[in-house]
Parts: sequence; C-alpha cells; structure tokens
Amino acid sequence: MLKQIEGSQGMAEAIALCRPQVVCAYPITPQTHIVEGIGAMVKSGALKGCEFINVESEFAAMSVAIGASAAGARAYTATASQGLLFMAEAVYNAAGLGLPIVMTVGNRAIGAPINIWNDHSDAMALKDAGWIQLYAETNQEAADLHILAFRIAEELSCPVMVCVDGFILTHAFERIDVPSQEQVDRFLPPFAPVQMLDVANPYSIGAMVGPEAFTEVRYLGHQKQIDALDVIPALAAEFEAVFGRPAGGLVRPYRIEGAETVVVALGSVNGTIKDVVDAERAAGARVGSVTIAAFRPFPLQALGAALAGVRRVICLEKSLAPGLGGMLASNVRMALQGSGTPVHTVIAGLGGRPITRDGLTRMLQAAATGGLEDVTFLDLNRPVVEAQLAAARRQRHSGPIAENLLKAVNHGPGPRRVPDRAAPGQTAPQEAKP
Amino acid sequence: MTEETTGSTPGPASPAAATQRVRFYQTGTHTLGNRLMDAESRTVQASTDRANAITSGHRACQGCGEALGARYALDAAMRAAGGKVVAVNATGCLEVFTTPYPETSWQIPWLHSVFGNAPAVASGVAAGLRMRGQKDVRVVAQGGDGSTTDIGFGCLSGMFERNDDVLYICYDNEAYMNTGVQRSSATPPAARTATTPALGAAPGNVFGTGKNLPRIAMAHEIPYVATASVADLHDLEAKVTRAMAICGARYIHVHVPCPLGWGSASHDTIRLARLAVESGLFPLFEAEHGEVTAVKKIRRKVPVEDYLRPQRRFAHLFRPGHEDTQRLAAIQAMADANIRRYGLTEEAPL
Ligand SMILES: Cc1ncc(C[n+]2csc(CCOP(=O)(O)OP(=O)(O)O)c2C)c(N)n1
Ligand code: SF4
Ligand SMILES: [Mg+2]
Repeated sequence: MLKQIEGSQGMAEAIALCRPQVVCAYPITPQTHIVEGIGAMVKSGALKGCEFINVESEFAAMSVAIGASAAGARAYTATASQGLLFMAEAVYNAAGLGLPIVMTVGNRAIGAPINIWNDHSDAMALKDAGWIQLYAETNQEAADLHILAFRIAEELSCPVMVCVDGFILTHAFERIDVPSQEQVDRFLPPFAPVQMLDVANPYSIGAMVGPEAFTEVRYLGHQKQIDALDVIPALAAEFEAVFGRPAGGLVRPYRIEGAETVVVALGSVNGTIKDVVDAERAAGARVGSVTIAAFRPFPLQALGAALAGVRRVICLEKSLAPGLGGMLASNVRMALQGSGTPVHTVIAGLGGRPITRDGLTRMLQAAATGGLEDVTFLDLNRPVVEAQLAAARRQRHSGPIAENLLKAVNHGPGPRRVPDRAAPGQTAPQEAKP
Repeated sequence: MTEETTGSTPGPASPAAATQRVRFYQTGTHTLGNRLMDAESRTVQASTDRANAITSGHRACQGCGEALGARYALDAAMRAAGGKVVAVNATGCLEVFTTPYPETSWQIPWLHSVFGNAPAVASGVAAGLRMRGQKDVRVVAQGGDGSTTDIGFGCLSGMFERNDDVLYICYDNEAYMNTGVQRSSATPPAARTATTPALGAAPGNVFGTGKNLPRIAMAHEIPYVATASVADLHDLEAKVTRAMAICGARYIHVHVPCPLGWGSASHDTIRLARLAVESGLFPLFEAEHGEVTAVKKIRRKVPVEDYLRPQRRFAHLFRPGHEDTQRLAAIQAMADANIRRYGLTEEAPL
C-alpha cells in the first residue's frame, strides 16, 4: 500500500510485518522513531505475539536480544552512534554466537565533539564485528531491507545490521510502498533456529573455546559471510519476484559503460551522485557510479567486475580512519588488486555536512584533470583549519579545538588569543616555541 | 566404605538427569545428610532424583564454595520448576570451570554471553520463552560478585526495575577471582587482594567503601531478596525453592568462600562460611517487596577474629606482636551493627 510517511515509520511498519517476537528499545537520535513506532503497534495490539522491552542501555538492548534469540525468538533492536559503541561488546558476542538478530543503525557521527547528524562512523567502527552490513539508498529500500535482513539472518544464522542514513532517511517523509502481511509471510517463513535453549535437548551455548578450536570457529564465521555473497543476491531476486521491486543485493552499478571515473559510495548519497553523473554525462564526461549495498560481506568479485577497465575510482566516504584516510577505499583496493587502477578517498558528509551537487561536480572535474589527491576532504574550510594550526603553534595552551573552530566559523578565522585559563596563583600558559 | 546406592531413576520431569547416573559415596555415614529427617525435609541433593545440573568433572579448585553453592542452587531450582530451567551465566570462575567443551558440566540448557550482561540476557531468554509459549520454563541467571555488584550492575538494576521473571543468584566470593583475586565492590575492608595489597600504613582494602547489593536489590522493591551461605545448604535450597515459587525479579546473594582467593584451607570452606554468619558479618535474611520478612538467628555468636584469623588475606591484621586491634575493632563494629540491624541474636529482636 502506498503511503506518504516518515522513513522511520516505513521501517517500523516493515519490521512489524516481519513478526518480531522480542523488540528492545533504548532512545538515541536518529533511530528513536523506529522503535517508538513498533512500540506503539505492540501497545495498541496491532502487532501481536511481540514483547516490547524498554531497557536501561544499548548494551542491555543487544544483550536482551541475544537472550531472546538464543531462546528461539525473532529478536530486533535499533541504535545509532554512541549507542552502537556502547553495545559493542555484545554486538561482537551476538555474531560469535551466530544469533540471527536484526538491528537498524540510524547512521550518525561519533563524538567527541558530540554531533547528532549523519555519517557512517558508527557502522564503520563495527564493520568487522561479524555482522552482515546492508546499506539503504532510499526510504523504500530502508523499509524493504529489513524484510530481506530477517530472511538473510535466519538463512545463515548470522546477525544483520541494516544501516540507514540518520535524518536523511530516518526523518524524511517520502512515498513508501508498504507490503501486505501476506506478501511478507510468503517471503519470510517463521524462525527455525539452528540452536536453541531447550529443556528437552539441553546443551551449553557460549562455552569457552581455547586455541585448539578458536581459529576454526572464526573461519566458519568468515565462511558464513562468504556464503552470504551468494545468499544475498539470490534472496534479493526472490524479493523482487514477490514484491515486484528490487531491493538490496551486493552492488548496483550506474552508467558505468565506458566510464573513466567511477564514484563508489554507501547509502543515500548515491542519489545525489547519480544526479551528478547524469549531469556530467550530459556534458560529455565519461563518469559513472557504483552503490555498494552490502559492505559486509564485501563484494570483492562483483565490485571488481563492475570496476574492470575504469581509469580511476573515487570512494566517497562518510567516515574517516584517522591516520589512514578511507576505510571504504582500502576495501575497494582489494577488489582491484593487480589492475593498477588508482583509488582515491574523498571524505565527505562528516557530522551531517551536506554533500552538494556542486561539491561532487568539482570533485569529478578535479579527478578528470588528475588533480585529486589520494585523500581529500570535500569542502574543507581550509582557512579555519590553518588558523587553528597556527594558534596551536603560537601558544601551548591553545584551548579546546572544537570550541575554537566554532568561534572561528561563526566569527571568521582571525588571529585570536585564547583567554588565559590558568588558575589563580599559577603561571600563565607558556607560549610554544615555533 | 564406598558403596553405590540404588541406581538413579530420573524422574520424567528431569530430562537432564538421564545424561549421568547420580552416585553417592560413603553411604551409611551422615554425608548423605538428613537420614533422620522425614522425606519432605531432606535436601534436594540427598535425593537420587536430583537434576545434577552441574555434573562432576569440572575444574573448580578443591573446596570451591562457588561450585558447591551453584550445584545446590541449580538443583533446587530444577526441582522447584519440574526440571524446566534455563541457566544464564556471566563470565567468571563458575562459567570458566564448568564449560570448556567437550567437558561442559551443564546438564541443563545454559547460555553465556559476556561478563556484564547476564541479567539482561536472562531477561531476553525469559521474554523469548514467553513469546514461544514456553511459560513453564524458568530462567536462573548467575554471576560472581564482580559481575553482579560492579560491571553488570546496570543490567541487574534494569532487570529488577522491570520486574522481569528471572531469579538472579550472585555467588559472592568477595573479589574478582577468575582474573587472579582483584578487589571488587564486595571485597571487605582490610582484605588483601592483588589490587589492595597488604602494604603501607593501611594494608588491604579501604574501610568505608563497597556496596551492599542485597539492600540495593531490596530498594527496587522486587518480590523476593534473600541472602544465603554455603554454611547452611538446607537454608540455601529452601530460599531457592521459595524464590522459584514467585514470579518476577528475584535475587539471592550467596556467600561462597574461595580457598584460592582468601588464602584458606580447602577443608575450611564450610567452616569459614559458618563463622561469617555466626560473627554477624554475613547476615542471613529474606525480604519481600523491600521489607525484611525473616532472619536466621545466630546460634552461638563468635568474635570476628575467629572468622578472619584462618584467612591469609587478613594475615596482616594478626602479625605477631603487632595485632591491628584498631582495624579488628572496626570490623567487629560492622558485625555488631549487622546484629542490631537484623536482630540476629535472641537479645536483639528484629
Ligand atoms: C568486559 C570485561 N572486563 C573484564 C573481563 C575479565 N574478567 C573475566 S572474569 C573476571 C572476574 C570475575 O569476577 P566475579 O564476577 O567476582 O566472579 P568470580 O570469578 O570471582 O567467581 C574478570 C575481571 C571480561 N571478561 N570482560
Ligand atoms: S578461584 Fe575460588 S571461586 Fe574460582 S574455582 Fe577456585 S575456589 Fe572457586
Ligand atoms: Mg568473585
């Protein structure tokens, strides 16, 4: 049924159609509306056979989901940002135990400085926790991926993280085709666990494993992800057959025929990228793009095939590996081994910084003239950065960086002395030697 | 004399018992216990029908109070729930010494996730079982004092506050034993641990610190809170049985001496546990909805010194010629305060 609704509401309705049995909720922007929506459906009686549990932390949310899943129930939770890091230990544990929990991550930056807006730092921080990671491009896909996620998770007995861009997808009102219960039931059979706490058949789950078998346990976890490279496209095809529209998959190339420069990205920014590709193509530039829909498992072969023969690849990344540059680029290079194709990192959209068509166009034009460095920060405010660096060189006690930058952004990066913060009786902070 | 009693015939309600025959040794002595009592009052452990939830062959140290307490507690829970119990375990000695495959000691369904989340995992198991229509299966969560009073405290408080249908049992050996005897917030004052060494002017753990988890549990006004000790296994079983008859969040805090961590003889585990109770340092009581409803009177009060002296973790209090009378008096005052607070002696009514 077509509805003009908030992305979070669309996801909540799709998740409810998956008949979750235990849903744990803990508030953090921008995922809150999703669990609120599910909670309302449980409370009103619209969603039956589901227990909605208000927990005391994200760590508890994932832990309750672990217990519920091990008891054989379909378990779901959602989080973002600080919340994902707060539950990190349990996130790894869920994957290690092979529990098919589905979790939405409303992608948001990680502090400090605290920032509630969108980027991918949270999901990237846990990219190697053993979870499958799917990234949604549109509100429709954000809803649909959850239906796929439960099916993929239970097929493989592996938890799945559905990554949706905070605000851009969670809070935008768009037209969403919400499927019928009958369709979802046809696609998603009841949960049939591969392991379960059962008094009729008691065994230990989560026992200690020493060096004699730990590598093998990890190998099998890796193998599950490798298997997912087949399972994900197969289920995406099945999804399309049942629901009449595509969703998920591994990679989605866009206008890459004959492309010299291809932009690779995760999530909703691919919409803007495609607009820019269209405009540049119209102007005669040979550009294209590839959406990575599944980041874990990383689709090495599918991506390698899509990027075969291109002159250069630009990874547009909403996260940063300080001291290295791009996490996406270092993964993409694995897909291009031996090809010699240069892979650039463009860090963009951090903490909700808008990624504009102008910015992307300039980026593509710089790339075409060979003017793109290995690691670039899109639309970086250079003068403000330089002023802070200069201030820090001038003065040992240069003060908190975030505060200084905000002042500079709001009042201009003129030279300013940080107020003397020395306590009474102490000597003033020393000037740093150049 | 060693002789096997009648072979076990596991009751239908106890499917796990089928996996190992229960053996009793030294029959004809009082070891089996309760021979003079009527059948109803005998301990669960004295029965060949016991679930044997934690079977033999695990790797606990000789004289481990935690192994003893857990076995009595789980078997009592199994009997009370008609054999339908799922156990959740925090990381710690109990988890480590019972599990390495292929030698897991658990004959009931058992789940370990991480160190600080056992109460939340148990809440999830309970919810999952309810949603699967298995309302008669009960959940027992367990952890050491470190996992309970420190790292898992937030999850425990959440489980209490939601009144989730979980019995949580804390095995309190008064330190982080599994990592080599470090201080927890249940470590008593003056005790030497690896992180409160017996050095300097105030050797051992600091006075005036730590938290009283049974009272914190009571503050949540949950249906049932009890303290128990391996000194009185009958009482421990009775309290577990009582807890299993109640729905909602329940908490039992069991005092379990640890020979390794306390520097005590392994044959002194029960004796030390008894001295802790009889000195007043570890009061035994029950509380319902935040109010104390029953206390176990001390039969023969002993000075705290009797309890402290056999433990090497307190040796610095008893250096020949340098007895630390001041700190001993402070510990005695703690015991006396407990006796007054709970009315532990006949003279001190509740
Ligand atoms: C998050 C985390 N921190 C620390 C540890 C290390 N650790 C494992 S068991 C343990 C001690 C357990 O102490 P307690 O809960 O009192 O149980 P005991 O071993 O004394 O029975 C510690 C510190 C861990 N496994 N996980
Ligand atoms: S260290 Fe203590 S608690 Fe751990 S197994 Fe040994 S006696 Fe038991
Ligand atoms: Mg301990």
